[in-house]
Amino acid sequence: MKITSDRLAPWAAYVVVGVGALIMLAPFYFMFVFATHSRTEIFSLPPPLFFGDDFLSNLKILTDRMPFWRNLGWSLYVALASTLLTLLFCSLGGYAFAMFEFKFKNALFGLVMGTMLLPSFMNMIPTFMIMDALGWIDQPKALYIPGAASAFGIFLMRQFVSSSIPKELIEAARMDGCGELSIYARIVLPLLKPALGTLGLITFIASWNNFIGPLIVMRSPEMYTLPLALRSLQSPVNTEWGALMTGSAIATLPLVVLFVLSSRQLISGLTAGAVK
Amino acid sequence: MKLPAALRLSPEWAPYVFLSPFVVLFAVFGVFPLGFSLYLAFQSWEPTSGLSAMEFVGFDNYVFALKDEWFWKSLKNTAWLAIASGVPQHVVAIPLAYFIHSSFKTLRNGVVGAYFMPYITSTVAIAILFSSLFSTDYGLINVGINMLAQVPVLSWFLPANPVDWLNDPASIKPAIAMIVFWRYVGFNVVLYLAALQTIPADIYEAATMDGAGRLQQFFYITLPSLKPMIFFGVTLSVIGGLQLFEEPFILTGGRGGSDQSGMTTAIYLYRMAFDFNDFGAASAMSWLLFVVVVVLTWLTNRAFRPRGPSA
Repeated sequence: MKITSDRLAPWAAYVVVGVGALIMLAPFYFMFVFATHSRTEIFSLPPPLFFGDDFLSNLKILTDRMPFWRNLGWSLYVALASTLLTLLFCSLGGYAFAMFEFKFKNALFGLVMGTMLLPSFMNMIPTFMIMDALGWIDQPKALYIPGAASAFGIFLMRQFVSSSIPKELIEAARMDGCGELSIYARIVLPLLKPALGTLGLITFIASWNNFIGPLIVMRSPEMYTLPLALRSLQSPVNTEWGALMTGSAIATLPLVVLFVLSSRQLISGLTAGAVK
Repeated sequence: MKLPAALRLSPEWAPYVFLSPFVVLFAVFGVFPLGFSLYLAFQSWEPTSGLSAMEFVGFDNYVFALKDEWFWKSLKNTAWLAIASGVPQHVVAIPLAYFIHSSFKTLRNGVVGAYFMPYITSTVAIAILFSSLFSTDYGLINVGINMLAQVPVLSWFLPANPVDWLNDPASIKPAIAMIVFWRYVGFNVVLYLAALQTIPADIYEAATMDGAGRLQQFFYITLPSLKPMIFFGVTLSVIGGLQLFEEPFILTGGRGGSDQSGMTTAIYLYRMAFDFNDFGAASAMSWLLFVVVVVLTWLTNRAFRPRGPSA
């Protein structure tokens, strides 16, 4: 096979991309490997490269130090609640923006979009103060309720509704005597399924990984979500690394599984929003 | 199933009803906090003494921030980190996306999935893992560097002694930058891949017929076509880089590292409010940082602004 000067040798692309992919995945591999080793084994020369047998003892140390399963439960609960609420509020709102005309529509949408540019640290202190004033400190609802007004979510929904649902369909339903709520529930929602899937995945993942929010609002270890629980296991002098790795691995695994099952949907949904 | 006539929504009222949950939450948790934070920036307040203890102090908080050594240090750290992690993200992602686009057909989804995975995982879990990898004497990264340093040519570029990544003020920032790079390069690969797919193939064919080589095509066709996406991606990296909080927070145990060399402005903000209990100063700082973000975003916008009709 002749390799002309302007044809990239085919194997070069494979090697570069392949090495890169390995670098991307290696930390995950080591996280799971370290989770099966004790603290002294992790910090030894040479470091462990393959699975060990300390997983159960690490798990014991982990659950002794933290109400870990409870933390896992909270993470799951908050993520699910967050996803459901966000999907509901953003689909209603996105549909309203896309299909109706009303006063202040453009100004309101502009305001919502404007907040997407706001850095997250702007909200750190005010959020704490509002939660404190509402008495929501240390309560899960402080985590899933505010997020339901997601600017990104309503943007995604509006995009999808205006590009995939023909106005004539809605008009026809109205003329048939269908009430507005019925139209939303029986016509719009089923057609929105792909976008709901993408937004649901994004919201779930973001909620599961959320660290700053719980850091600011949660105070007692029984109410911590996973990232917070992991961080509290860190200590300047006496970190239980084996247990910490096990906790990290358990915190990461559900997302890895979710991602493997849904990566195509997630990536294509995200890029559809970005390219538009 | 039809609701009784009194409850049924007319098309005129429907949008307001549908939007109200969103708008209420948005107003309470999105807009109001912002306004309150602006108000707070002009007050001196220690939250433990209750709401009535707020005292109007005008621009004192801003003056304090602008004179504060740690504030400027945190800004420098943040800027360094944003650039050191942001630039490689794009410089590496574009060729990677190009390779994937041109050479991977059947394996594409798997490869893209592998690159995207770092982006979806918990920053905390990853930062914790990396702190063990960055361990001075036993961490895999130093072990790897040590092995590579045995190779004659590479040993010129690699440090001879194990690097104390986490404790040495000079090396904590590169460590953080590496983690952030690892996390986002795949995200950018996905963005650029999507953009590459919108470039019509006939442009390349026409260029080949005109005698343009592959490298030329890359620089004169691909890169210019990618400009909008580069602008979008760089803007996201600028905004994201300036907000860096979680990775440095975990790597430095929440305190910012020895000599505050790992302290980003977001971390300092957090410490000012929750460790030092000065909500007024912290609010003022958040607005100052916001101004920086706006200015840099505007500058990025200008840098990418199209200069007249393109050839």
